[in-house]
Amino acid sequence: MAQEKVEFPITGKVISVNVKQGDTVSEGDILCLLESMKMENPILAPVGGTVSEIGTSAGQVVEVGEVVAVIEY
Amino acid sequence: MLELFELGFLHLTWGSVLMLLIGVVLLYLGIAKKMEPLLLVPIGFGVILVNLPLGGLMECIVNGNVVEAYALGGEPAGLISRVFRYGLAWEIIPCFIFLGLGAMTDFGPLLANPKTLILGAGAQFGVYFAFFVALLLGFSINEACSIGIIGGADGPTTIYLTNRLAPHFIGSTAVAAYTYMALVPIIQPPVIKLLTTKAERAIYMKPQLRAVSKREKLIFPIMAAIIIILLVPKSAPLIGMFMFGNLLKESGVTDRLADTAANAFMNILTILLGISVGCFMSAEAFLKVESLLVFALGCVAFASSTAFGVCLAKLMNVFSKEKINPMIGAAGVSAVPMASRVVQKMGQEANPRNFLLMHAMGPNIAGVIGTATAAGIFLGMVG
Repeated sequence: MAQEKVEFPITGKVISVNVKQGDTVSEGDILCLLESMKMENPILAPVGGTVSEIGTSAGQVVEVGEVVAVIEY
Repeated sequence: MLELFELGFLHLTWGSVLMLLIGVVLLYLGIAKKMEPLLLVPIGFGVILVNLPLGGLMECIVNGNVVEAYALGGEPAGLISRVFRYGLAWEIIPCFIFLGLGAMTDFGPLLANPKTLILGAGAQFGVYFAFFVALLLGFSINEACSIGIIGGADGPTTIYLTNRLAPHFIGSTAVAAYTYMALVPIIQPPVIKLLTTKAERAIYMKPQLRAVSKREKLIFPIMAAIIIILLVPKSAPLIGMFMFGNLLKESGVTDRLADTAANAFMNILTILLGISVGCFMSAEAFLKVESLLVFALGCVAFASSTAFGVCLAKLMNVFSKEKINPMIGAAGVSAVPMASRVVQKMGQEANPRNFLLMHAMGPNIAGVIGTATAAGIFLGMVG
C-alpha cells in the first residue's frame, strides 16, 4: 500500500483535528484546522484513503514540515 | 425658537429614506455577514445618522449661513464635519492609517520572493485601465484618477487621492473602495476562473519560502522609503508613513510604539475615518447619476486590476523555469489579506496539496506599495 505523509505547509496553532486513526477520507476532506496569520486554514487530504497515523493534536503549535497525518491508499 | 421643536419626520425625503435603507444594508453586511465589520459598521451607522434630517452632524457655515450638507469651501460647524475637515480634508487620517498598516505588515513573504513585487506592480495596470475608461466616459482628468485608484482596493489611498483631486467624489469613491475590499471574495473568483484553466489553478508551489533574516527586514523599509520617494516624490506621505510604521515594528527597540501604531492608534483612526466617510453619504451627495457611475466604474477598475495581475503572472510563467500559480497575480491588489485568502481557497479547491497563502502574501503586500505609488504618480501628473 502506498503512503502519503501530509505535512504542515505553514507555522501556526492547531485549532482542531477533524479525523482520527482508522478513518477513511476522500481527496479534499479537511484533516485539521490551523490558525495562522489570524486566519483559520483547513489542511486538506491530498488523496483518498485510510488515516494510518495522526501526528498532531489540538492546541499544538506546529512548524513547517511537521506531520499532520499519514494516509494509506 | 420654534425650530428647536421641529420634528425630523417632516423633513424626510425619498432620497434620505433610501439612504437610511442603504445604511441598514451596510450594517447588515458588516454585522450579520461579517464583511469588513470594522469599516462597514462605522460607515453604515454614519450613513444613518447623516440622513436623519436636522441632525446637523455635517453642518457648515457658508457666507454666514448654516447649511446642513458639508460644503467644501465652508467653515465646518458640526461634529463630524469638523472631524472630516481636519482629519480627512487635511489628509491626516489616511496617511496615519498607513503608519498603522506598516506596523502590522510583515514584508517577509515579499522579501523571500522579490519576483512577486512585479505582480504587485502589474495589478496596477487595472488602475490605469479604469482611468482611461473614465476619461472616455467624459469625466475630468482629476476625477478619472480618483476613479482609477479604486482598482487598487485600498481605502486610505483612495480617500487621500480623491480628496486632493476630486473632493466632491469622496463619499462615492471611499465607499466604493471599501465595498470592493469587502467584496473581494465575490468579485475576484469569476475573473480568475475566466482567465485560467483548472490545470493552471492547480499548479503546485512548494510551501517553504526562503527564510528572511532580521537584517533584511530592518533594511527594507529604510531603503524602500528612500528609493520609492526618490522615484515618485508625491508618494511620500503614504509610503513614508507606511515604511515608518514598518520600521517601528522591525527595529526591535520600539515595540511600544509599534504596538500603539498597530492597535490603539489604528483603532482610533478607523473609528474617525469610518464615521466621517459614512456621514459624507447624504442623499444629496450620493444619489446622483455621477456618483453611481463612479461606483460602477470602481468595479471595472477592481476587476481589471485582478485580470492584469493574473495575466502578468501567466506571462512570467512563459519566461521562468519554475512555474508560479497564476492566481497569485490576482493578489496584486492591495486588499490584504482578503485577496490572499481568495487565492488560497481557490488553490486548495483546484489541488488539495496547494497552500498558496504565503505565496500570495508577497504580491498582496507589493500591491499596497503599488497602489500608494500609483496614487503618487497621479498626483505628480495632475496634482
